[in-house]
Amino acid sequence: MINNILAWLTDGAHWQGYDGITRRLLEHVAYSVTALLIAALIAIPLGLYVGHTGRGRFLVVNAVGAARAIPSLGLLFLAFFWLGPRLNGDIAFLAPAGLVLVVLAIPPILSGAYAGVEGVDPDARDAAKGMGMRGPQVLRHVELPCALPLIMSGIRSGMLQVIATATIAAVLGLGGLGRFLIDGLATQDFPQTASGAILVAVLALVVDLALALVQRSVVSRGLTGRYGTVQTFDAGTGAEPPAPALQPSGSEEPPQSGG
Amino acid sequence: MTWLRDHLGDVLDLAVQHIYLAGVPLILGLLIALPLGWLARRYRALYPILIIGTGLLYTIPSLALFIMLPLLLPIRVLDPTNVLIAMTIYTVALLVRTVADGLGAVPDAVNQSATAMGYKRGRRFVSVELPLAVPVISAGLRVAAVSNVSIVSVAALIGVQQLGSLFTDGFSRAFVEPILVGVVACVLLALIFDGVILGATFLATPWLRAGKASG
Repeated sequence: MINNILAWLTDGAHWQGYDGITRRLLEHVAYSVTALLIAALIAIPLGLYVGHTGRGRFLVVNAVGAARAIPSLGLLFLAFFWLGPRLNGDIAFLAPAGLVLVVLAIPPILSGAYAGVEGVDPDARDAAKGMGMRGPQVLRHVELPCALPLIMSGIRSGMLQVIATATIAAVLGLGGLGRFLIDGLATQDFPQTASGAILVAVLALVVDLALALVQRSVVSRGLTGRYGTVQTFDAGTGAEPPAPALQPSGSEEPPQSGG
Repeated sequence: MTWLRDHLGDVLDLAVQHIYLAGVPLILGLLIALPLGWLARRYRALYPILIIGTGLLYTIPSLALFIMLPLLLPIRVLDPTNVLIAMTIYTVALLVRTVADGLGAVPDAVNQSATAMGYKRGRRFVSVELPLAVPVISAGLRVAAVSNVSIVSVAALIGVQQLGSLFTDGFSRAFVEPILVGVVACVLLALIFDGVILGATFLATPWLRAGKASG
C-alpha cells in the first residue's frame, strides 16, 4: 500500500496539468492566504479595539467560544444552499466556500488580538501614559508590539483552520488539494486519497513552520528574551514554561484545532 | 420541521454515535495526557519535546488524519475506531500542555508543605497537585470537548455515521433541513459536553469554595 502511494506521488504525470499536484497545491495556498488576509483585516483591528477599550469584551469572548462549536462541514453546506442559488458560474461554489473560510478564521485571530492587548502589563501601559502618549500612541507603540506573540498564535490557529476547511470544501467543487481526497474517496482510489492526505498534512506543517519563523522575526526580542549576541539569561535553552494562574482567567487563547 | 418529526429516532441514533465518537476520546485523551503532562513537568528537558511533538500532531487537518491513520495502524478508514483514535490524538495534543501548565501552576509552597507532611511523590501527585490543577485542566478539557464535537462531524466524508452524516445526506439530496438540524444538534451537544465538564469541575474543586463557606 505504501508502495502504491509512493508510486502515485512520484509519478511525474500527477504533478502536471489542470488536475496536477502543483496546480492544486497553489490553489490551496491561494485560497488559504486570501481568506486569512481578509479575516485578519477584519479581526485584528476589531480585536485591538476591544482589547484597548474593553468595549464589547463579553460579546467577543462568547462569540469566539460559540464559533468553535459550529461544525465547519455543516456551515459549508448551509452557505452553499444559501448563497449558491443567488449566484452563477464558478462564483456559485467559490463564494460560499470563501465566505466560510473567512468566517472560521476570524474567531482565533480576534481572540488572539484582544487577549494580547488585554494581557499587556498594566505597568507598561501606565509608563507609556506617564511619558505623555495618547491612547492611539499607547496602542501603536506599546500594546500592539506586546500583543504580537498572541496575535501571531491566533493567526497560526486561523491558518490551520483555513487549510483544514479548504480541504473539506472540495466537496462543494472547490479546487485545492482537497480534490485528491474527495475525488479519491468517491472513486475508491486509495493511493490518490492517501497521497492527498499526506500532501495536505505536509502543507499544514510547512505553513505553520513558516508562520512560526515570521513570529520569531516580528516579535520583539525584549519580549522573548532572545538576544543575538548578548546572553542575558538562559536564552534559547528552554526557558521556564509559562505558568498560568491557578484560576483560568479566560483571557488566554487556547490552541485551536485544525478542524 | 416535519422532517425532524419524522426522523427524530434517526437523529437521536446519530447523536448517540456522535457522543460516543467525541466523548470516549476525551476520557482516553485525558488519561494519556495526565502522565505525559506530569513527565513534562518532572523532566524539564522533555517539556519542549512533548509540547512541540503534540503541537505538530495538532496541525494535521482532520480529514487527512482520518485517511492517514489506517496506513500506520491495522484499521480500515471506515472503521469507527479510526475516528476514535484520531480524536484521541487531537485530545492528547491539546491536553498535554494544559496538564503540564496546570501542574506547574501549583505553588511550590504547597508542594513543599505536602512533602513535609510525609507525602511521597505518587500520593502527593494524586491528592495534592492534581486536585489543585483541576481548574486549568478543566479549561483545556472544555476546549477539547467543543472542538471534538465539531471535528467528529467531518468523519461523515469517510462514511462513518454520526450527526455529520446529516450534512452529507442533506447535501446529496439538496435538502437543507437535515443540515440545519445537524448543525443545531452539534452545537447543543457541544453545550451539553461543556455543561457536564463544568459540573464535574465544580464537584472536583470543593477547595475553591471552602473559604467562602466558612468565612
